[in-house]
Amino acid sequence: MITFEGVTKRYDDGTVAVDDLSLEAPTGAITVFVGPSGCGKTTSLRMINRMIDATEGRVLLDGQDVREIDPPTLRRGIGYVIQQAGLFPHRKIVDNVATVPYLLGWDRKRARARAMELLERVGLDAGLARRYPFQLSGGQQQRVGVARALAADPPVLLMDEPFSAVDPIVRASLQDELLRLQSDLQKTIVFVTHDIDEAIKLGDTVAVLRVGGRLAQMAGPATLLTEPVDDFVREFLGRDRGIRRLSFIPAKDVRLEAAPADLVTDAAGRPLGWRADGGLLPYGTFNPERDSLRAALDAALLAANGTAVAVDEDGRVIGVVTREALDEVLGQYAARHTRPLPATGEDPRG
Amino acid sequence: MNWLIDFFSNPANWSGPGGIPVRLLEHLEFSVVALLMAAAVAIPLGLWAGHTGRGSLVVVVSANAARALPTLGILVLVVLIVGVGSTWPVLIPLVLLAVPPILVNTYEGVRGVDPDLRDAAYGMGLRGPQVLFRVKVPVALPLMLLGLRLAAIQVVATATVAAYVGLGGLGRFIMDGLATKNYTITIGGAFLVVVLALAAQAGFTLLSRVAVSPGVRRAR
Repeated sequence: MITFEGVTKRYDDGTVAVDDLSLEAPTGAITVFVGPSGCGKTTSLRMINRMIDATEGRVLLDGQDVREIDPPTLRRGIGYVIQQAGLFPHRKIVDNVATVPYLLGWDRKRARARAMELLERVGLDAGLARRYPFQLSGGQQQRVGVARALAADPPVLLMDEPFSAVDPIVRASLQDELLRLQSDLQKTIVFVTHDIDEAIKLGDTVAVLRVGGRLAQMAGPATLLTEPVDDFVREFLGRDRGIRRLSFIPAKDVRLEAAPADLVTDAAGRPLGWRADGGLLPYGTFNPERDSLRAALDAALLAANGTAVAVDEDGRVIGVVTREALDEVLGQYAARHTRPLPATGEDPRG
Repeated sequence: MNWLIDFFSNPANWSGPGGIPVRLLEHLEFSVVALLMAAAVAIPLGLWAGHTGRGSLVVVVSANAARALPTLGILVLVVLIVGVGSTWPVLIPLVLLAVPPILVNTYEGVRGVDPDLRDAAYGMGLRGPQVLFRVKVPVALPLMLLGLRLAAIQVVATATVAAYVGLGGLGRFIMDGLATKNYTITIGGAFLVVVLALAAQAGFTLLSRVAVSPGVRRAR
């Protein structure tokens, strides 16, 4: 666990980057620091591995003040991933990944074997190991950056806007990859981003920081979406909070009905369309085992008859969800998850 | 062209203490010793200033000042003070000439390393000297070698001034030829200086090939 206790960072010119920050990043979970530029999120992250030292307060790593640990020793036990990957251009990929094992005095063979294992783990071809960083794409370099951070199997991983410099498609796949890795590895991750959607997708807990380095709100992503504490957080979260929150509700509880006859399928049972006079009409599918209520609603909205098609892993129809069934589950969900607003006189329209 | 053939085909030019091999060796000796001395001063200073960011003003100012010094003037001055007879007076102006390109390129090369790279290196847990020697120097090496190459060429070309104060080297051919209006010898000497400078250039280019990582070389 990483604990911030009244941490302040004030520069010599009087600028306050982080102001009296207290929070906990639990072990084995992803904690995201998110906020606009100038909110001190990167400064806060860098105070964990002492790239920056706090002016006041303490940062504790499993109860020990990081100021008591010699910085290089501390950093070798903490994985660090930065925006531009920061790979060493003069070293081959395999040796880049083995950087920390080499520093820890592993023999060359063992360090390289470990590096190869990690390259595979982050989804890179073993053939890339002998290349130099400039021969890789931005997304590949970023994967190498993650592999390098994981090389010595540190319990803690600090990620400073690691996916901001790649295009949206690569970014989405890197995010999925991180979540997949995390479900295997259970690291304590602190992740910094300015992208609220990324924060909501990745974070077990999201800490929203405001300019001047003050904590505005810290909560799980679903809670954050329904119960932003003030206008700043509400604005920062952006539009469609209700719809986006549905992403956190699994669709597995929704009531399936047998597929009606006018849903046309191929021989394997995959949907082709809804029968109509002029031919087939569009349809939408979701997988109740894997997808969220948002995907189910989206599937319903794609069809002219408002009925979503439920499919299995292989894309075969296993039933349909009518508008009434969706309505039922949305109603239950709204009743269960909406609490009265605090009596602050704030505009409830949000 | 004929003068060159005359110069190189005359057996008298190849033998004795004033022959081509002896003069060439003398010239090489001045150049190599001066370059090594300059590197011994400029490289550590450049690494330190570039790595720590301290003393940058001193580096830039002194390098510019050294560039403005008249080589021949200094040589004559040194000889007037210490007298003729030993080799080392000629080394002083040559070293002063060679320091600025080595110093400035080493300093700029190390200082100019991408901040993200520096950040990553420290963040991985490298200590200061490890960051310098394992990351910054390999990345700055092309620029450092360029500085050494420029210095080497300048030193080789300028070492001819040794002849002005009665010392050896290829400058002797040029001086003696001018003095006796025997231009064959002057041109032959000048030709040898050019060849030596080109050899220095080729030597450093080869060294770059061997010493610089392909990852750094091709990335530029």
